[in-house]
Amino acid sequence: MATANLEYAYDSKIEGDIVVTQLDAAINWVRCHSMWPMPMGTACCAIEFMGVAASRFDLARFGAEVTKFSPRQSDCMIVSGTVTYKMATVVRRIYDQMAAPKWVIAMGACASSGGMYRSYAVLQGVDRILPVDVYISGCPPRPEAVLDGFEKLQRKVKREHSLSNLLKPS
Amino acid sequence: MTTYIDVAAALSAKFSQAVLRASRDHPAFNVPAGQALAVLRWLRDEAGFEILRDVTAIDWGLERSPRFMVVWHLYSPAAHRYVRVAADCASDAEPQMPSATELWPGANWHERETYDMFGIVFSGHPELKRILMWEGYPYFPLRKEFPLAGLPAELPDPEVAAETKEKVQAAPMAGGPFVATPGETMSGAEPRARDEAWSESSQKPT
Repeated sequence: MATANLEYAYDSKIEGDIVVTQLDAAINWVRCHSMWPMPMGTACCAIEFMGVAASRFDLARFGAEVTKFSPRQSDCMIVSGTVTYKMATVVRRIYDQMAAPKWVIAMGACASSGGMYRSYAVLQGVDRILPVDVYISGCPPRPEAVLDGFEKLQRKVKREHSLSNLLKPS
Repeated sequence: MTTYIDVAAALSAKFSQAVLRASRDHPAFNVPAGQALAVLRWLRDEAGFEILRDVTAIDWGLERSPRFMVVWHLYSPAAHRYVRVAADCASDAEPQMPSATELWPGANWHERETYDMFGIVFSGHPELKRILMWEGYPYFPLRKEFPLAGLPAELPDPEVAAETKEKVQAAPMAGGPFVATPGETMSGAEPRARDEAWSESSQKPT
């Protein structure tokens, strides 16, 4: 009498726990949903960034709930504000202290291009010293714009070839 | 209580070289640089002007000599009056002025800023170094010969400069929106549109 071959049948305990995916997608999924910002607040955009992080707009909804003031524990530097030449070297050194992988958002006109400060003292865009991933326009940007910029960065991270980048000699 | 008339008369009587200076608001005096500290001390101790509100300078331009003038603003909390004292620097190439830090410790940073922007050396200052720009910056930005757009220079940190290959760059306004004179069209009214209508792509007209 034939009995059911339990050994080869569908086992919900096994099948239900398996998700088939690519390693890149898995790594990027983790990275883009736990991206801790490092608020490089140098001027008034930093005040607006507080609004982004606070309860009304709540950056935490996108996995960026821990605003780390230590570069060692953060993934995404948000340069919010005017960067003078005197401060530029500090910004660069803080960026160098961040552990890879790391990303940079230039928040607002000053960080993106120097803004209205066409001056002997102001760095004309933070992209001159840092590799910027996302620029956010505005003076200062609305919190919605910052959230949109952050989502753009998440989409960008999802397209990265993380595994090959990990194995690539630096 | 010290009043406006009292200060002007008393100062002129006390310091014969102090000249009343044209002023639209508060009493103002031109004094010789050598007498400036004595005048300031007298104003503080005898006339009740106890608070030093500001120390700054004027650059009258390359054509004029004496070129640099240091200006002190004093306030009397009892009389609610201001007084302004100005003194010419003797040398145009290396302007100098006695420091007022022994009278008011608060003069320290004001004088550092004045040194930073105009290059006026305050003799007797305890730590005269730049306060806004970084150590080693080669120019004095508020001098008349310094262009509005700035001048190229090296970054403060040589390591960062080597890593990023970035320099301090001149940043011409390229017709920015922020300066205008009444009665003219915006584009033609800007001083920058007249003398610095140049950008990264088009050369500055000579």
